[in-house]
Amino acid sequence: MSVAKPLPHDAAHLHVAGQARYVDDIPVPGNALHLAFGTSSVAHGDITAMDLDAVRHALGVVAVLTADDLPHANDVSPSVHDEPLLATDTVHYVGQPIFLVAATSHLAARKAARLGRVEIAARPAILTIDEALEADSRFEDGPRVYGKGDPAQAIAGAAHVIEGRFEIGGQEHFYLEGQAALALPQEGGDMIVHSSSQHPTEIQHKVADALGRPMNAVRVEVRRMGGGFGGKESQGNALAVACAIVADQTGRPTKMRYDRDDDFVITGKRHDFRIEYRVGTDAEGRIEGIEFRQLCRCGWAQDLSLPVADRAMLHADNAYHLPHVRIESHRLKTNTQSATAFRGFGGPQGMVGIERVMDHIAHSLGKDPLEVRRANYYRAPSSGGPGTGRRFGAAHSPSRPDDGPQTTPYHMPVEDFILHEMTDRLVETSDFKRRQNAVADWNAANPVLKKGIALTPVKFGISFTLTHLNQAGALVHVYQDGSIHMNHGGTEMGQGLFQKVAQVAADRFGVDIARVKITATDTGKVPNTSATAASSGSDLNGMAVRNACDTIRDRLADFVAEQHQTDAAKIRFEDGQVLVGNEALAFDDVVKNAYMNRISLSATGFYKTPKIVWDRIKGTGRPFFYFAYGVAATEVVIDTLTGENRILRADILHDCGASLNPALDIGQIEGGYVQGAGWLTTEELVWDDAGRLRTHAPSTYKIPACSDRPDIFNVALWDGENREDTIYRSKAVGEPPLMLGISALMALSNAAAACGTHYPDLRAPATAEAVLAAVHRARGA
Amino acid sequence: MAEISFLLNGETVRIADATPTETLLDWLRDTQGLTGTKEGCNEGDCGACTVMVTDGDGARALNACILFLPQLHGKAVRTVEGIAGPDGTLHPVQEAMITHHGSQCGFCTPGFIVTMATAHLNGRTDHDDQLAGNLCRCTGYAPIIRAAEAAEDAAVPHWMSDAPPDVGTPSDEGCFLPQTADALAAWYAAHPDGTLIAGATDVGLWVTKSLRDLAPVAFLNGVQDLRRIEIAETEITVGAAVTMADLMPVLRDHYPSYAELARRYGSEQVRQAATIGGNVANGSPIGDNPPALIALGATLRLRKGDTRRAIPIEDFFIDYGKQDRAPGEFVESIVIPRGADRLRCYKLSKRFDQDISAVCGCFNITVEDGKVAQARIAFGGMAGIPKRATHVESALVGQAWSEKTVRSAQDAFAKDFTPLSDMRASAAYRLETAKALLLRYYFEDQGVPTDVLGVAS
Repeated sequence: MSVAKPLPHDAAHLHVAGQARYVDDIPVPGNALHLAFGTSSVAHGDITAMDLDAVRHALGVVAVLTADDLPHANDVSPSVHDEPLLATDTVHYVGQPIFLVAATSHLAARKAARLGRVEIAARPAILTIDEALEADSRFEDGPRVYGKGDPAQAIAGAAHVIEGRFEIGGQEHFYLEGQAALALPQEGGDMIVHSSSQHPTEIQHKVADALGRPMNAVRVEVRRMGGGFGGKESQGNALAVACAIVADQTGRPTKMRYDRDDDFVITGKRHDFRIEYRVGTDAEGRIEGIEFRQLCRCGWAQDLSLPVADRAMLHADNAYHLPHVRIESHRLKTNTQSATAFRGFGGPQGMVGIERVMDHIAHSLGKDPLEVRRANYYRAPSSGGPGTGRRFGAAHSPSRPDDGPQTTPYHMPVEDFILHEMTDRLVETSDFKRRQNAVADWNAANPVLKKGIALTPVKFGISFTLTHLNQAGALVHVYQDGSIHMNHGGTEMGQGLFQKVAQVAADRFGVDIARVKITATDTGKVPNTSATAASSGSDLNGMAVRNACDTIRDRLADFVAEQHQTDAAKIRFEDGQVLVGNEALAFDDVVKNAYMNRISLSATGFYKTPKIVWDRIKGTGRPFFYFAYGVAATEVVIDTLTGENRILRADILHDCGASLNPALDIGQIEGGYVQGAGWLTTEELVWDDAGRLRTHAPSTYKIPACSDRPDIFNVALWDGENREDTIYRSKAVGEPPLMLGISALMALSNAAAACGTHYPDLRAPATAEAVLAAVHRARGA
Repeated sequence: MAEISFLLNGETVRIADATPTETLLDWLRDTQGLTGTKEGCNEGDCGACTVMVTDGDGARALNACILFLPQLHGKAVRTVEGIAGPDGTLHPVQEAMITHHGSQCGFCTPGFIVTMATAHLNGRTDHDDQLAGNLCRCTGYAPIIRAAEAAEDAAVPHWMSDAPPDVGTPSDEGCFLPQTADALAAWYAAHPDGTLIAGATDVGLWVTKSLRDLAPVAFLNGVQDLRRIEIAETEITVGAAVTMADLMPVLRDHYPSYAELARRYGSEQVRQAATIGGNVANGSPIGDNPPALIALGATLRLRKGDTRRAIPIEDFFIDYGKQDRAPGEFVESIVIPRGADRLRCYKLSKRFDQDISAVCGCFNITVEDGKVAQARIAFGGMAGIPKRATHVESALVGQAWSEKTVRSAQDAFAKDFTPLSDMRASAAYRLETAKALLLRYYFEDQGVPTDVLGVAS
């Protein structure tokens, strides 16, 4: 069995030896061209004049292109064709590409791009949420509304009513490898593109349109990315299209990579949000009715903002049953970078909203936040059994066995809820109750420093909400020497997808994983792929590869059965052997023999997720095949003089179903937690009044460094399996752990609350400055 | 221009006509095909380009993206491709990174490997400090630290010991690699518009980000007499080209709070390159050395040609972007008085490690018979220059050393400083925390815990 083993990342050896090849490492011929964009310095305005003579005459420059020089589609949008590669008459944000320089070196292109003289007549720019609301600048006609019941009435009749408003900052992906693409012109106008992209088919599509050719003229290859996190779902389009156009026009290999500052300034980030809430509860803090208003800053182009904002609405409940609920979502259009996909895809913003409400309710009612959270948890499913994690006859079972599942605000029954048991377990393993008391004692003894502690849950919906994307293909070859070549539509960005899927392939054939060659994602091998996104990689591609392998395996079994006059169902593939009754045949020999007998040893595989149906306008259906769960407990300390703060300890219990690879899954959880905590603490994006991003490099934008991880960091996997029929009953793990980091923000709120009697109203990110402001509010200052 | 020669992964390389400001990173990737060394930020903040550079003082981890080729003359460079043995045998840190799942996307990994291997060679086990300059976005660092710990006791592979080549003294043509302060003084007096490059941790960005041409340039790292630290009975004289890494042990002995400030100054890679002279001479209002040096009452020694002068260091900083330095004049050394250690340095930034200060406050307050006898207080990040808080000092001196005195002196901060708002902090936060840091100094003096870095779960 290769499945469920903690094998290292497939490229670990190449990584540590410096031999893993990324787009910019691919050797190119000496005549290759390098590109750079000239960009807008104005947030909104009309281009009145462009003098690019100095650019054209700069050392090493071969070509300079503007929108007028683009022969076909001037469009790199992943959605509604509102995003030109090069600005036409109007610029919409500081950093928008206006012209394109092709030069003999990367440095020459960068230097030349700064010589352009573009005159722009400035127009009023809409930069903030308030300005966008004022101007009614938005995507879609009006706000989208999901909900159920009658929240206004429920709130009116509630014992306690609490209102609040919560600002949540965005997040720069800071993939260590910046955006990059390389186009290699072929005979007859064909194009091969290497791209650091989570979505090779999208690259293929946009390049084909830009070249005025069918998709079959373009082949896109992605071996690996140096990190993606959603930032390479659509943001690589511009570079790949630019390279392809220049390569097509000059006949020369063409490469483009953004300098880090350009990457920050040009590309989109996580959406920042403001969430306003009004909630009515009973005396125990149980929510009876709630209204959310989610205000989402989308930037200048639509990109993926609608599904991002949808997913924020779909996670406004997180783990909590909201009997009467209204969620109103405003997708605001501003003159800033076009916000895009980022791990969680709106889910984290929606989820931190309701966690903030729980924190606020507990504070208002003087309750333990954990007890308020638990009082609001969805009811556990009425039946036990595999995957529910439910123990029969549990003493503290919160529901009677005959209760049906409760439904989400989008009317989907929550049938697989396991957070009661998971919370019990983490409370126990993290010694949470004792530590809550210890924190209170410590705070009583310390006038300047204060500790805080919080436990928060995660319930994250798995599936693309755009239902048609939930499909995947695979291509598997077995060569006549018994070696296996595996390909699928998923891309590798560090998450270990390739290794997990290779483990599936090895298991289906009963061979050692060393026999399985992992190959680059290639639109020429597997077409019409979905982005590797929405945590779907191993769910979709694992199944597609399984199906391809099983097709070949069944052919081999039929062939062997026929030769041995037995039933194919009795033939087993184990330990590099094919077992027929008592006889063990070497896998190699069977393959060789099958080849000699003209058995096809190549197959495609296909998979589509069952059961899902979704109406995003009405907000009803089953958008998710299942939910992934997790719980995290975080302890922090703050300095009440300066707001400086630090995570001391984090304990995590996370649900990966039956893990395909526990080591890789724990890696996703540890990394997701730290990335989520970074989003909510040190990572602050700052724009100035002119719409210029002032935090555009690691010198000013601070992702967590080594010492920012928790001093004590305990991560465990929940020992359940997926109740749905996923690949080996595993669960998706890419995005959900990011939201475990919310416990850090809530612990900081808890620490600030220890400074006084008022609600600290802590914003995100909780920088030192924000924490200090929260301390003042707690004191009523 | 002199020919440059150094060892690269054990092999001698000679570069006859190097552009003085070509970076090692570009040269490795573009001309040598050594693409294991990655460009993550091109400004020395992410560590993906880390290489190991060995000279007579030992091996250090440096950022190749802001390291110019002439700085390597006579040294030995080891890239990630040279960390494994010649036969492909992995280094213990490489093995441990595989075993402990320390790589995910793998892009930062070569930089981590080189930093870890250098620390391993030097017997360093303060992993968080050694790795503060290597950013990873995937793993959350936990498995990397597990790997570093697992490799601690493994023997250093034989191939890791580089002997720097004997390349002789470079020719004086252009004199861009002076070996003595006299030679530098003569060159700079003759080329007052030239650029002096010491560690290049700041000047490097003029090239990689501002895309400036800097000619003519002189590289200071070969000037041995600027790299001395002399500890006399009443003072410590620090040569301008002493790196922050080399200064730290001395600070730890004499002014440990300054050493703690230096621990958070840049990163290992930055401290191994950055010089104290460079940090002072560039006049930045947010450099971390000047507030500490002003609070200590340090003296700056300047030199132009054969003329030398000494000034109190706070007088060097005249206005934003303007220093008391004549064309062709350079910082030769900094003299720090020795005495009872009352210095405390407080650095506020969004991230603890490798971040530029929003506010850096340094306090040196002497108390005699319950009264404040002397006070020297200086701040970075609060004005266009590193600046003394003279009104606050006056409000303290002669008063009883009490919380009441401290609280009443806090008002004087508004007379000393009118800070600005920027991406690091608002003006209000800066002014408020400047006041709060005085209170912190007092509380700390009274034994009240005030440091979040000193707290455990």
